[in-house]
Amino acid sequence: MSFLNNAITGISLGSIYAIIALGYTMVYGIAKMLNFAHGDVIMVGAYVCFLAMGNAGLPSVVGVLLAVAVCTVLGIVIERLAYKPLRAAPSLAVLITAIGVSYLLQNSAQILWGAATKTFRPIVEGSLVLVPGQLSISYVAILSVVCCIVVMVALSVFTGQTKMGKAMRACSEDKAAAQLMGIDVDATISMTFAIGSALAAIAGVLMCSAYPVLSPTTGSLPGIRAFTAAVFGGIGSVPGALLGGILLGVIETFAKAYISTDLSDAVVFAVLIIVLLVRPAGLLGKYVPEKV
Amino acid sequence: MLTVDDINVYYGAIHAIKGVSFRVDDGEVVTLIGANGAGKSTILNTVCGLLHSRTGSIQFLDKTLGNVPAHKIVELGMAHVPEGRRIFQQMTVEENLEMGAYTRARADIEPGLERVYEQFPRLKERRKQVAGTLSGGEQQMLAMGRGLMSDPKLLMLDEPSMGLAPILVEQIFDIIRKLHQAGTTILLVEQNARMALSVADRGYVLETGKIVATGTGDELLHDEAVKKAYLGG
Ligand SMILES: Nc1ncnc2c1ncn2[C@@H]1O[C@H](COP(=O)(O)OP(=O)(O)O)[C@@H](O)[C@H]1O
Ligand SMILES: [Mg+2]
Repeated sequence: MSFLNNAITGISLGSIYAIIALGYTMVYGIAKMLNFAHGDVIMVGAYVCFLAMGNAGLPSVVGVLLAVAVCTVLGIVIERLAYKPLRAAPSLAVLITAIGVSYLLQNSAQILWGAATKTFRPIVEGSLVLVPGQLSISYVAILSVVCCIVVMVALSVFTGQTKMGKAMRACSEDKAAAQLMGIDVDATISMTFAIGSALAAIAGVLMCSAYPVLSPTTGSLPGIRAFTAAVFGGIGSVPGALLGGILLGVIETFAKAYISTDLSDAVVFAVLIIVLLVRPAGLLGKYVPEKV
Repeated sequence: MLTVDDINVYYGAIHAIKGVSFRVDDGEVVTLIGANGAGKSTILNTVCGLLHSRTGSIQFLDKTLGNVPAHKIVELGMAHVPEGRRIFQQMTVEENLEMGAYTRARADIEPGLERVYEQFPRLKERRKQVAGTLSGGEQQMLAMGRGLMSDPKLLMLDEPSMGLAPILVEQIFDIIRKLHQAGTTILLVEQNARMALSVADRGYVLETGKIVATGTGDELLHDEAVKKAYLGG
């Protein structure tokens, strides 16, 4: 039974990682950059929901929608102000800027909302009892898996069937050629950041509902783990983000249960290193040799 | 249709285009010929808005392009089929063509596809195939078809024959002739000077960023200096 419980926990945690990893992977695919501030957008989303539900006493649905709205705008603003001016800059400059944005968000959160840890009220409470006293699934876990599936399906329809989604794929392959088609590349990049950040908000709320502590640094560890998941699955690959996220959640949970809580991150990264040694582009990533 | 007046284009400190002027009139096929590195691609990329000139002006259909971004220039009716084809390798043939019609209304896409498939029956057979798996000749046809999907007033082709077997080169030039007969205005860049001059109404010869000769296709084909430098004597 504990095995099943752990599997359920792992898959639901992995679903949240997958949603975050999608944001990394989509932004990487189109802007060819690692948005290290992505994890902190998660934290902002969680705070917005927390404040809306707690201080303003709004229903949780409204809290989630507000979080999504605020993070969407935040994502667009970050891209415009911090990354867009660096479009032609070396990738190291962009990386350092992203780390800077990450600290900016954490410190701003600390000024606005204080450094003290808050207790997040889950957006759904209770659980589905399968075997009384032995096996149950929390509604948050169910919601996480459902959200992950919905997001995946919606994204694959979007990128596969819609004009904007196809334009996004075109931009991620070749920006100059995309411009020659009449595609507004800047607008497309903005849209990608918007989608990624909206997903981060959802992930933030789910994450804090499952593990109800909230502080200005709440986003950084899940952010790093989800980034790992994206690399694990193959950065730039949407199915890779899903696979990487779920695997990471499961490995982390089992490592905590059967090896050691303290060593779970070490186990996760050891697996990552082994995978990358065997498949440098990640599980589902395509290895594209550098063009010369 | 297109008037380029005294453009100077730089890559950092490299002065690639030095005071180039030329024009393309309605319904003409005009070719720019010149050796590798002469600046042909740079000129086309400047006209389509991917690069910018420090001086002079570019007029397209009575509009000064100046600071119009590349994606807006497409809307004005200019299609650029860049060097190396630059098709979207991971998208299907049909998706590539749809991207070519990005600026058009949804209702125009089907008729556009019909037209392109009629011109390139090969593409129709492979419409669901991922573009990266096409042969070089098919990729060139896809690149040209994609350019035509926007129903352009001016079509710019950058070395459409590059890397193709002679029989495919013939095919590509046949298509250019057909487009010309149908009234499409074309600006053609080629290293294959003989072929280019034989389809062109007029031509310009480019040497290290400057225009050194101009004339009708026939005149240039029979010009001694051009013969020596570009037509193998
Ligand atoms: N991206 C670039 N950066 C620096 N120099 C370039 C670049 N592209 C082209 N050049 C230089 O500009 C000149 C013209 O190049 P190009 O327009 O590609 O010539 P062509 O198309 O006639 O072969 C060449 O000397 C080339 O080395
Ligand atoms: Mg060239």
